[in-house]
Parts: sequence; structure tokens; C-alpha cells
Amino acid sequence: MTAVATNQESLLRNFILENYLFTDDQSKLNNADSFLDTGILDSMGILELIYFLDEELSIKVESNEMIPANLDSIDNLLAFIAKKQA
Amino acid sequence: MCGIAGIVSSKLDSSSKIGSNRLRQMAEQLLHRGPDESGILTRPNIGLAHRRLSIIDLTSGQQPMISADKSICLVFNGEIFNFIELREALVKKGHRFTTTSDTEVVLHMYQEYGLDFVQQLNGQFAIGLWDDKEQRFILVRDRVGICPLYYTVEKDQLIFASEIKALKPALSNGLELNKQALDQIFTFWAPVSPNTIFENVYEVSPGQMLVLEKGQLKKHQYWDWQFNQKGYWQTSEQQQADELHELLIEATKIRLRADVPVGAYLSGGLDSSVLVAMIRHYGGVPLRTFSLNFGEAEFDEKSYQSSLIAHLKAEHSHLLVKTEDIAQNFIQTIIHTETPILRTAPVPMGMLSSLVRANDFKVVLTGEGADEVLGGYDIFKEAKVRQFWAINPDSKFRPLLLKKLYPYLTLPDSGQGTYLKRFFGEALDTPNDIAFSHLPRWSTTAKAKKFYSSELSAELNENAKEAIYASFPKELNQMHPFNRSQYIESKSLMAGYLLTSQGDRMLAKNSVEGRFPFLDHRVIEFANRVPPKYKMKGLNEKSLLKKAMARYLPKEIVHRHKQPYRAPDMKAMSGDYLVDELRHYLTEQELTKVNLFDANKVKFLLKKADSGKALSIPESQALVGILSTQIIVDKFINN
Repeated sequence: MTAVATNQESLLRNFILENYLFTDDQSKLNNADSFLDTGILDSMGILELIYFLDEELSIKVESNEMIPANLDSIDNLLAFIAKKQA
Repeated sequence: MCGIAGIVSSKLDSSSKIGSNRLRQMAEQLLHRGPDESGILTRPNIGLAHRRLSIIDLTSGQQPMISADKSICLVFNGEIFNFIELREALVKKGHRFTTTSDTEVVLHMYQEYGLDFVQQLNGQFAIGLWDDKEQRFILVRDRVGICPLYYTVEKDQLIFASEIKALKPALSNGLELNKQALDQIFTFWAPVSPNTIFENVYEVSPGQMLVLEKGQLKKHQYWDWQFNQKGYWQTSEQQQADELHELLIEATKIRLRADVPVGAYLSGGLDSSVLVAMIRHYGGVPLRTFSLNFGEAEFDEKSYQSSLIAHLKAEHSHLLVKTEDIAQNFIQTIIHTETPILRTAPVPMGMLSSLVRANDFKVVLTGEGADEVLGGYDIFKEAKVRQFWAINPDSKFRPLLLKKLYPYLTLPDSGQGTYLKRFFGEALDTPNDIAFSHLPRWSTTAKAKKFYSSELSAELNENAKEAIYASFPKELNQMHPFNRSQYIESKSLMAGYLLTSQGDRMLAKNSVEGRFPFLDHRVIEFANRVPPKYKMKGLNEKSLLKKAMARYLPKEIVHRHKQPYRAPDMKAMSGDYLVDELRHYLTEQELTKVNLFDANKVKFLLKKADSGKALSIPESQALVGILSTQIIVDKFINN
């Protein structure tokens, strides 16, 4: 996590940590960790993540945006959100 | 169902004495399996105990049974459905009978054929038999694992029983958890046979005979599921359907043999519908059916049940299972499964047998086994699609067949197909792996292991997958991939979970016996020679069964989408439904005390479940698995 985490970053990290890694230990998740390679998210997890982005951050993910480059790590998500909000 | 138990001195010297008190205590643990009568026999080096559920020959046939010359004695749980024919043949050979029971037929069969006697038995059985002349003791179990039989060896004594709880009074140090077996359950839903969740307690594997002779305990596999592509029937599909039709009628008819009324389970699916139709048309007995209904529509099959009941004019009873029933009956269920479970589905099955018993029935026929024998499961379909996909793993079109299996599949993938491949394309690079069909299920289940405590993870020194691979026969590699899937499914999930935790144990807890026409060994041996293309045509499951039996059923049953039997898991195990008695097992204090699971992670899992968020399949399985493991430790090890 960056020294001073943004609200979005905190929200995303805590969502992943609590719901998929079942911990509040921040050291268990690096922002660059691939959700696919580490097995953090399964098919339902991806859909839940998309729902979370919509509900919590008002980010609508279009079907052509549902790709690992946008969704596969905290870093990718933050970049994707920034792009969507630009 | 009955209950059997016993102790045999493995040295078989006449100085060993088996106390009848211990035997009585063992038998008491099996009261639910056989409430009608009990019997105990002790000899210098052997003690046998029996609890009886009287079904055939209500007035005689008590056990343990002793031969006329007193040289052979046995205890027997189960039914020999062809006992009438075997008896006639034995009488022609000069055998004289004093009862009309199938137990006495078993005894005479052994006298006539020795250890080969088992080959001619058509039935479900667990037998303990002492032969004084040969100074030999045998334990033998039916071909597919319908009747349970467990044993342990302690201080030169072979101790056996129908259920593990009945071994306990004979053990000096109680039971200990087998952590490797726990890891296997958290991979395959069941331990790899002969393991059980308890250290040094084993099952007699399905189709196996144990012979204790001259101080040596030897295992002999007298039957196994065999598939040989060169042996496939060369007859037409119609001829094979006709033969299956005749075999199923015969398998059903002999399973209606009883001196008490026989009923049937009706789920509304194809298999139980076929079964009930055969009873109606060929059984010659009143048609009496029992069903489960669920308040939650996603689990309920009432409309199909009603359709069939109207069609066949059955006298029917049903039980409505409410979500709160699952949690309220969970501890009692685990006391009977005697092993951790990952789904709550056994709970309603235990409730259903209580409905049967309340209606004064103690025998039911069920459709269990049809999916394994005749190719019905989605796992077989999924494997076909994945095999097809593996030919060109980069194809964007081949995996679209998955849509046929999972119509709700909305996974995106306008991109490079990465998500689709990662979530559904497991092992595409190893399509020849002998367990290719089962790898996705096993890896999905194994995700629940993330909740292990660090101590448990560190202690596990055997890979669960390696253990199951080591248990496979070398012939598996030569089988058609579809047959391989059938073999693995029959030996792992069916024998280790469906017939035990969800089958025998849920029936026996209410003193009810289940009978399984689709698991008649003649049906299995016939079906194993049916080419896979007739079992599953394209992705149409149990195609040959439909061809053979559609004439008896309403069209909506034959053509319905297959709905696997399930019960509410996550919802029943969270929020207000998770009663304090269960929640107690998931407290930090209890989890830390048992130290198999990470208390902190379980806290977050429970928090997620309590919040009402949907749990993924592995998460839901983890919750049920952790809870049931904690109960096993409490009820069987700490108590």
C-alpha cells in the first residue's frame, strides 16, 4: 500500500482483503498481486468485484472492459478507475 | 440395515478371551441401525455382536448365526436379493435350512464355495464370518459400498463394526483425527479409501474381502468397476436399450423382496421417476412414495414430483424442509455421518428417512447410482466440453459449448478469453491426465484449505492428489476418458460420500434400509460395456436410460433439465439461522483450542456470510466443512 492510501485504494484493498483473503492484515496483499495468478478471485469473485465497483464507486464496467488489464490487481483497478473518471 | 460388530484375536490362539460386556457396549452404539433384536456370541478368540432390523424372515434368522456343525458363525448386515434362487440351488446340492432368512443362505454359500461364495451374492452386505475349521476370519463388503464396515487393529485384536462409534468402546485410547484424511475430504469430499477421518481406523473398501489367517490380515479385491473398450457391446443402440430395460425391471423386482412393505424415494428427477414407474408397472406391490420439498424455489422439485404422482397414481407423502431445519438438525447429522461434510445436503435426507419411519415403512428404493452407472453428471459433460476445447485451447468458439452446460454463464471475455480459460479451462494443457474430468472440482474444493491453521498446513506431509492417484488401478489409463470419469466418480464421491454420509447414515439413523436397483452389479456390468456415445449423446445425459424408459414417463420428466439434489448451505449456516449451539463451534476460543483452522480467517468468513453476501462455492464448503470438523472433534475425540 502506498504510504498514504487514497480512499479508493483503501476501499478496494479492504474489499479484497476481507472478502477474499479473509484477513485485515494489510501485509497480505500487494497492489501489484495478480488476482488470477494468486487465485484470489474466482469467476464469481470477478462478478462481485464488478458489482462492488458499480455500487461503491459508481464505476460502470462495460463488457469490453472486463479484461485482466483493467481488473486483475489493485494497481490495474486504480488505473482503470482513474481512466474512467477522467 | 442392521448393525454388526466384533472383536477377533489376530493371533487366533484359544487363550484370548473376548468379554461380552465390551461387545454389548459396542452393539448399544448401533441401536438405531437395528432396534428390533440383538445378539451376542463369544468364543475363546472371537466375539460377535448384532443389532437387527427385521425385514426378511421376521420370526427366525436371529444373529449371530451358527452353522449346524457349529464350525461357522457369522454376523451380517444387509440383504442378499437373490437368496431365493441361491437357496434353491443349495437345497439341490443337499443343504438343509432351518430358517427362511437370507443370513442362513450366506452361511451355506460359504460352506459350499469357501471364499468364492461372495461372487454369487447379488446384494448389499457387510459380513463378519468365523470359520473354526480353517481358523480363519473374514470381513467382506458389497461391491460398491452400500453397507458400511470399519475396522482397526489394536493389541493383536481385529475390531470391526458397521459404524465407527461402535469401535470406540473396544479401544484403549479413544479416537484421534487423521489430518491427512481431513485434507483429502477438503479435496475430494471424502477420504481416499480405506482411510477414515480417524487415525488407524479403516473401512473395508467396496468390493473387498479381508481375510485373517495364521496371524496375517490380507486384502482381496473380489470385484471392481471394469471398463474395457474392446469389450463394448457391438449390438445396436435399440438392442442395448431393450436389454437395459429388462435388467432394470429385474433389479427392481428382486429389491422388492421383503416381509415388510417397501416404499420409494421420489425426487422428481429422471432416476427416481424411472424407479417408481417400474414399481408401478412390474412391482406387484402398492406404490408408496416419499419426497422432500424445500421452501426455497431453487432447491424444490415439487412440480415434477406432482406430475409423476398424478401420472402413476402413487400414495405419496412429502416433507417440507425449512431453512432453519438445516442448522437445527446439523449436529445430530454429523454424529451419524461420523465424518466432516462440505455440503448440508445430508441433513434433509436424514429428515426424509424419519418421515418414512413415521409412516411405518422401514425399506425404501432409491435412484442413487444411475448417474454414475449410466452417465448423468454435469462433471461428465463438462469434461467432454473441456476435452473438445483442449484440442485447440486458444479457440474462442470451442468453449462456447459451456453455455449449454451453464446457461447463466455471463463471463465477459471480449478480450483474449483469459477469464474463461482460467476459470473453466483447467488442465487444458494436460487432456490425457487420468483425472482430467475431476481436476476442476478438486481444485475448487481445495480452495477451502485457505482456512487451515498454519500448524495444520505445516503438519500435512502427503499431497491429497498423489494419494488418490496412488489408489487408482493401472487399468484406469487404458479406459476411455468417459469411463475414467465414471470410475473416479463411483469410487470417490459415490462410495465415499453419497452412499455413506448422504445415504446409509441418513437412512440408518432412523432405522430405515435403502435399496439401489441401479447399483445391481448386473446392471453395472452391463452398462460398463455400453459405448459412451450411447450413454451421453452429445451433451444429452443418460441417453440410453431415456431411450429404454421414456415410455413410462411424462415428457416433462424425460426432457427436463437435470437438477442436482442440493439443500440450502450458506443461508442455513449464517445470520439468525446459525443457532448459538453451532455458532459456539466457530468462536475464536473453540477454533484456537482445536487449532485446525485459522480463527481470524474464519471470523471474516462468518462476517461475510452473516452480512448476507453470497459466498462462493469453496467459501460455502469451507463454512460447512469447518463446522462439521469442529463437531467431529468435539463429539468423537474430546468426548
